[in-house]
Amino acid sequence: MVEMVNRPYARAFEDYALRHPDVLCLSADLTSSCEIDGFRDRHPEQFLSMGMAEQNMLSFAGGLGLAGFRPFLHTFGVFLYRRPYDQLMASVAYPRRKVRLMGFLPGITTPGGMTHQAIEDVAVMRTIPNMTVLETGDATEVEGIVEAADSIDGPVYCRVLRGAIPRLFDTPFRVGQMRVLSEGGDVLVVTAGITTEEAIRARGALDAAGVSVRHLHLGTLKPFDAAQILDHAASVRHGVVTLENHLVAGGIGTMVAEAMAEAGMAKRLIRLGLQDTYAHGGSRPYLMRHYGLDALALVRAIERLTGQETGIDEAALGEVRVEDVHSAVKAEAL
Amino acid sequence: MQNEKTTEEVALGIRRRVFEHTMRNNGGYLSQACSAAEQLAFLYNEALNLGQPVLPMIPEPFRGVPSADNPHYVTGAGYNGPFEPHFDRLFIAPAHYALVAYATLIETGRMAPEGLEMFNKDGSSVEMIGAEHSPGMEVHNGTLGIGLSTGAGLAWGRKRRGETGEVCVFMSDGEVQEGQTWEAVQAAAFHGIDNLWAIMDVNAQQCDGAMDSVMEVGDIATKLRDFGAVVCEIDGHDLPAMRQAKAEPHEGRPLVILAHTSPTQGMGFLRQRFPRLHYVRFKTEEERAAMNREIAAELGIDPIAYSH
Ligand SMILES: Cc1ncc(C[n+]2csc(CCOP(=O)(O)OP(=O)(O)O)c2C)c(N)n1
Repeated sequence: MVEMVNRPYARAFEDYALRHPDVLCLSADLTSSCEIDGFRDRHPEQFLSMGMAEQNMLSFAGGLGLAGFRPFLHTFGVFLYRRPYDQLMASVAYPRRKVRLMGFLPGITTPGGMTHQAIEDVAVMRTIPNMTVLETGDATEVEGIVEAADSIDGPVYCRVLRGAIPRLFDTPFRVGQMRVLSEGGDVLVVTAGITTEEAIRARGALDAAGVSVRHLHLGTLKPFDAAQILDHAASVRHGVVTLENHLVAGGIGTMVAEAMAEAGMAKRLIRLGLQDTYAHGGSRPYLMRHYGLDALALVRAIERLTGQETGIDEAALGEVRVEDVHSAVKAEAL
Repeated sequence: MQNEKTTEEVALGIRRRVFEHTMRNNGGYLSQACSAAEQLAFLYNEALNLGQPVLPMIPEPFRGVPSADNPHYVTGAGYNGPFEPHFDRLFIAPAHYALVAYATLIETGRMAPEGLEMFNKDGSSVEMIGAEHSPGMEVHNGTLGIGLSTGAGLAWGRKRRGETGEVCVFMSDGEVQEGQTWEAVQAAAFHGIDNLWAIMDVNAQQCDGAMDSVMEVGDIATKLRDFGAVVCEIDGHDLPAMRQAKAEPHEGRPLVILAHTSPTQGMGFLRQRFPRLHYVRFKTEEERAAMNREIAAELGIDPIAYSH
């Protein structure tokens, strides 16, 4: 049984911020939704309430950066770049301010529908010069994200998970280091964030069906370690599958494709994720199934790649569920 | 449409339905029903000139997002009647008020009560944050502060085409923290868009609590007037005042009615949760039971039977 950790961000942020007085906590009226309500109440002198005004918050943070502070901006990921994109560019990214953009509820982890779902954030952020992009996939990474983000010499955008989160890893988040979760020789699977847990489930069933998977988990999306990806891709027989909580355009699938194309690597690549579509409101498991972001979608993609049916169905995947706690955590109350 | 109920009755029905839903689901946007019930009842029951609904009383499941491959895509605007030149149009700008808006559709005979059972269910179009395919919605407004601009553009376009129907935007006070709201008022005034009016639920609340503790916005009425709107300030639970405000002449300018409201109106027992009212979820079974007993009594109904 996998350990579930409750609200790891809240603790990690408080621990870190208290040791670093130049770290400031900013919120755009989503303070408890981003798990910093306790911090606000206990450390009001290090907390700035910015109201529901994201454009101002981004440029304001640029100003704080000029004054030598390192502001951590808390809101849903989508509100950190869609409306305030211009401010992000001019006030934060170009001058390389040390602004830490903590984007909660990435991709389809929110039931709030199109306006709340950051499905193109990685594509947008990684094309911004000077920006670093990190993503958390388990409780250990959420615990490490604050320190990791603050180690960046410039602006950084982080996809942060909240609430009850499974602990999948026992080594800390290291910027620039991918995790090699299995070293099979048939297919390479590349995941990040919540899709890693799906791939771990799929791997259990695939192992039993005789398909050997090489599985990489990315915590750092930019800078992207193309050389390592290519090494791994070269060592598998059939090809590569990427699975991301994001549009396939511009995210991990695109990064892998670019790396392979530039190296002239003639291997097949299947990119799983949102396929040039918006999503809609619903629970996370439902949306992952609906848009083909789950373990079953991964198994089917691997079957297409290898040309072999595995006989794995939903029931077989159910047996290797990493945990069943998510169903109890109801997706409501943004 | 025929008014079978008084607006007071509709408002009470809205509070009862949202309360019942919140009890059953152990959470909901309850304070928004308290503050906005009269406003939404007023809009649907008397202020707006809307035709008969043109979509099924029991909402269809979610039928996909807009795309060239989805020719059957429809918005939820059909619950407000057909698009005819003389009919009004309504946007619910704070899309998290959807639960309250859906309850209003039911109370005014525009949606079947079964619609509310589909709220926030996977595969349903009755989404928690009203989407443009959700009943009564025409555009996406979940990202707050964009509704009035869209309303102004639609109103300008309708005027240019000689349509007599007006455009109404239901707004929340949190939206005045977003700069876009002010750009919308300024543009509406500059272009003389007077077939546009808004009613704003000034409940002085936002996600983090009381607005004054999150980001003070000053005197909204003065600011709106300075940006070019005609403004009426009323007690948002006073229907005669609301009627009078709607009748305010506003030639060449948009009208904004500031409806000052209480986030616990009609459910006084909720006050003990102040200022944590944005999304009411009960912390303990005891709290839930007490809320059920006390608020049901205030609303004149039996406590709600719910499963644990
Ligand atoms: C642009 C944007 N920023 C943040 C949010 C998250 N959010 C949802 S409701 C809300 C504020 C609620 O205040 P108000 O609009 O006054 O509604 P009420 O308190 O009456 O529910 C916020 C910040 C959002 N939906 N859109």
